[in-house]
Amino acid sequence: MEIPYTVKARPDTGLYNAKVGLWLFLASEVMLFGGLFSSYVLLRVGAPGGLWPRGWLNIPLGTLNTILLISSSITITFAWAALKSNQFGRFKVFLGTTLLLAITFLGIKSFEYRDKLSHYQVTLNSGQVVDGHLVERTADHLVLHGVEADSPKAFLDRRSREFRQLQHEEFKLATAEVKKVEAYKPRMNTYLALYWTMTGLHALHLVGGILVMGYFWGPGSRMWHTAPEHFTNRIEIAGLYWHFVDLVWVFLFPVLYLL
Amino acid sequence: MQTAIQSMPHGAAHAEPHAEPGFLRQYVFSTDHKVVGIQYGLTALIFLLFGFFLMLTMRWQIAHPGQPVPVVGPLLEAVLGQVAKGGMMSPDLYNSFGAMHGTIMVFLAIVPLAVGAFGNYLVPLQIGAIDMAFPRLNMTSYQFYFLGGIIMFASFFIPGGAAQAGWTSYPPLANAIPTDGQTFWLLGMVFLITSSLLGSVNIIATIIQLRAPGMTWMRLPFFVWAQFVASFLLLLAFPPLEAAGVMQLMDKVAGTSFFLPTGLAVGGAVGQASGGGSPLLWQHLFWFLAHPEVYVLILPALGIIAEIIANNTRKPLWGYKTLVYAALALGFISFIVWAHHMYLTGMGTTIATFFQTTTMLISVPSVIILTCLLISLWGGSIRFNTPMLFASAFLPMFGIGGLTGLPLGFSYSDIHLHDTYYVIGHFHYVVAPGTIFALFAGIYFWFPKVTGRVMNEFWGRVHFWGSLIFMNVVFMPMFVQGLSGMLRRMSDGGATYALRPDVHELNRVILWGAVCLALAQIPFIINFFYSIARGPRVTSDNPWNATTLEWQTPTPPGHGNFDKPIQVYRGPYEYSVPGASKDFTPQNELPAKA
Amino acid sequence: MSGHSPGNAPVQIRKYLAIFGLMLLATLMTAGASYIPFGNRSINVIVALCIAGFQAFLVLGHMMHLLSEKKMIYGVLAFTAIFLVCMFALTILAHHDLPGATAD
Ligand code: HEM
Ligand SMILES: [Cu+2]
Repeated sequence: MEIPYTVKARPDTGLYNAKVGLWLFLASEVMLFGGLFSSYVLLRVGAPGGLWPRGWLNIPLGTLNTILLISSSITITFAWAALKSNQFGRFKVFLGTTLLLAITFLGIKSFEYRDKLSHYQVTLNSGQVVDGHLVERTADHLVLHGVEADSPKAFLDRRSREFRQLQHEEFKLATAEVKKVEAYKPRMNTYLALYWTMTGLHALHLVGGILVMGYFWGPGSRMWHTAPEHFTNRIEIAGLYWHFVDLVWVFLFPVLYLL
Repeated sequence: MQTAIQSMPHGAAHAEPHAEPGFLRQYVFSTDHKVVGIQYGLTALIFLLFGFFLMLTMRWQIAHPGQPVPVVGPLLEAVLGQVAKGGMMSPDLYNSFGAMHGTIMVFLAIVPLAVGAFGNYLVPLQIGAIDMAFPRLNMTSYQFYFLGGIIMFASFFIPGGAAQAGWTSYPPLANAIPTDGQTFWLLGMVFLITSSLLGSVNIIATIIQLRAPGMTWMRLPFFVWAQFVASFLLLLAFPPLEAAGVMQLMDKVAGTSFFLPTGLAVGGAVGQASGGGSPLLWQHLFWFLAHPEVYVLILPALGIIAEIIANNTRKPLWGYKTLVYAALALGFISFIVWAHHMYLTGMGTTIATFFQTTTMLISVPSVIILTCLLISLWGGSIRFNTPMLFASAFLPMFGIGGLTGLPLGFSYSDIHLHDTYYVIGHFHYVVAPGTIFALFAGIYFWFPKVTGRVMNEFWGRVHFWGSLIFMNVVFMPMFVQGLSGMLRRMSDGGATYALRPDVHELNRVILWGAVCLALAQIPFIINFFYSIARGPRVTSDNPWNATTLEWQTPTPPGHGNFDKPIQVYRGPYEYSVPGASKDFTPQNELPAKA
Repeated sequence: MSGHSPGNAPVQIRKYLAIFGLMLLATLMTAGASYIPFGNRSINVIVALCIAGFQAFLVLGHMMHLLSEKKMIYGVLAFTAIFLVCMFALTILAHHDLPGATAD
């Protein structure tokens, strides 16, 4: 017994089943990320004193990642087009490229995460604040490479002239003078909490996509020889999902990196 | 023609040569929508009973604060230890049971029964499909539900016990309680939300894509429409709560402050949190789900009731199209009323006016649906079997629930009623003698199709009258208590408040009402299992002489459901058509030759 | 769009390459625009969101073929969009409408 319309479109709706299912799924994804973005707006608008970090992320890396993701979106479309015109070899090349681009994106993303985990803000008993990357940490001292200021407010807008004029140097801080050490983890402030949560959830979507596309590229591609039309539909569906992942990033990038 | 249908050999579906799948494939990891539906149904019924048991022990504590719980007290102490010392309920335990009662009833019992069980089993049958659009996903959906249930259940036994912050899990309280119960709750919810996402995608796609030839939108039984709208609510309202759940999980596990305000002090000490978050944000995202969720609870119930009323009055539903449009309107408006749960959070008058207006608007389609169903009874020669008894009691009970919602919908009267037992009374009237009655009605009604046997009518009646009387004994006094200002969620039942003694006295009435309500379920449980094994067999595939397609299958339907191609020629409720040879015309019966 | 006949594939490829170019350009523009001091930060926000909106149009409309999709999908997405807007608008408005802050 076969379930109808898995391959051919149903005449009155003009759609095959998986396409309906996928768009429904994407509608719910829109609401999922919508919930996060609306939290972002609410928390940012309601931030105490209107203060919100700016320029805390690496813009060239973010731009590069955006370009990678856009490219992967194009290559998966080409992969689908290749199947449509019966070129299985081309399909393999383009889907493989998509996978590589996606994995590179995740590589760069994890580099950025690592960077944040080794980035510290240290408040001294004197009230001075040192902000920078950890060079060395022992029982009695702490070495940071970064900048120093009277108050953490100086580090909020890192694209301001004032911040860029601060002197980068190595600070050796005795444990005795240190009041508080804080890494750039989610708990540091609301901005970082949002950054980690939103990009983390987005990265999970990438991982899911990579697994599925990897399957279609490898063992799953055998289906091409038995049910080519069905397989082409699957790639179309994977592509739609992948474009959506791209779409979310198109908003995440300016919202977290630029504004 | 009809005789031809009725004498269809029962084993026809099995006559096709195909290998019998093994036990695991057939009953545990089955992708057949009917098996998945039954799995959902049995699991959800167990959770329903469990949630009921939690409530019973709580009612004892409310009526007799600080006294050992009879019968189960020693068991509680043996299993849970310190929190139930001497068989008494500590306030912590009371809070856990309260939070989990709500969570289990809503997310693990009623919705899985109404959508997971009834939806899964009946929607493909009623639209004339051989299965769901994505059978594998359907199985996965049940598995996620099952895992979510296990996580929730396991949380009772971890150190510190289950979540204590209410089924609403408001921060900062949810965050401030130092035990891990809340973390389990959040993880469990992520699983349940994923399950309901898969389920709702499946139901909607099935209805859109797999309707049999001739089954146009306006020939769909109202039950299918109700499932369609409810699934959309699940699809679009749950994800924001998933987002909020992830954020609360981050607050709990990673130490973020999404929902924790600056300078939050817990137990007199200012916490370590960075602050800058908003507790109200949680409430918005939670109720953005939870208001549509209450319509997920009620819509399938209305669908079941509509089917049963049409069948037992032997008349078409009055205003089928009106019902459909009202259900659609209900679904739409339910997305924009959520903040009527938040009038007392310091909301300004402009926004409050908006939400009061939409709340009053949404009662219009509710009243329309109820009115259509009531008028449908008019002038029918009603067959009062057990399903119909439950269905007819549903109408006034749901009516009371809906009407008592109106004073809650206005901010000025809600100031007095919010967070009192009045609210508890309101929503239980809608869900307990409302939705649960509809589910009972549905179980009695479709039992012959699922099992091939009929449930006992006499014990069905005992079950019905017992339930009807004691439901009201339990919930009616709550309005009185709430109006006199008794707050909900007090582990001593409000004993520390200076209320009139007779208001407290009602706690005892409710307790014994609840105990009797429990006793009234025993006939049902016995009847249910006895009838599966020993009930009288049905003699026809269509014992109720119904018109919809699920009765045009062999009993019980085999894999693939129908043993003949289905072509639909007419609407779902052609009962007592003038000039017809009998008082019902199935949807797939050939039109008489002109 | 007739992606179903293999013969059309080259035409499509050219179209997608054009979209690719536009997307890259928009990305560079949005990154670049964030360096420009418009005087008021909210202008930066508006510019960035407009560019993101344009990119969303390209992705949704052309790459996901929404411009030539079936009615059923439009219906689903229209409702999603309405509820999304309600969620954004009403939570923010509720946050700013405090008792006593209104004129009555
Ligand atoms: C038809 C008209 C209805 C109106 C006007 C209405 C209105 C309200 C209002 C304003 C509240 C908030 C009360 C408060 O917390 O102060 C409320 C609570 C509630 N309602 Fe309704 N309601 C209606 C129907 C329903 C239905 C059909 C259901 C469920 C099947 C339902 C379930 C609930 C639940 C579960 C709560 C309590 C949530 C909680 O605080 O724990 N209501 N209702
Ligand atoms: Cu509500």
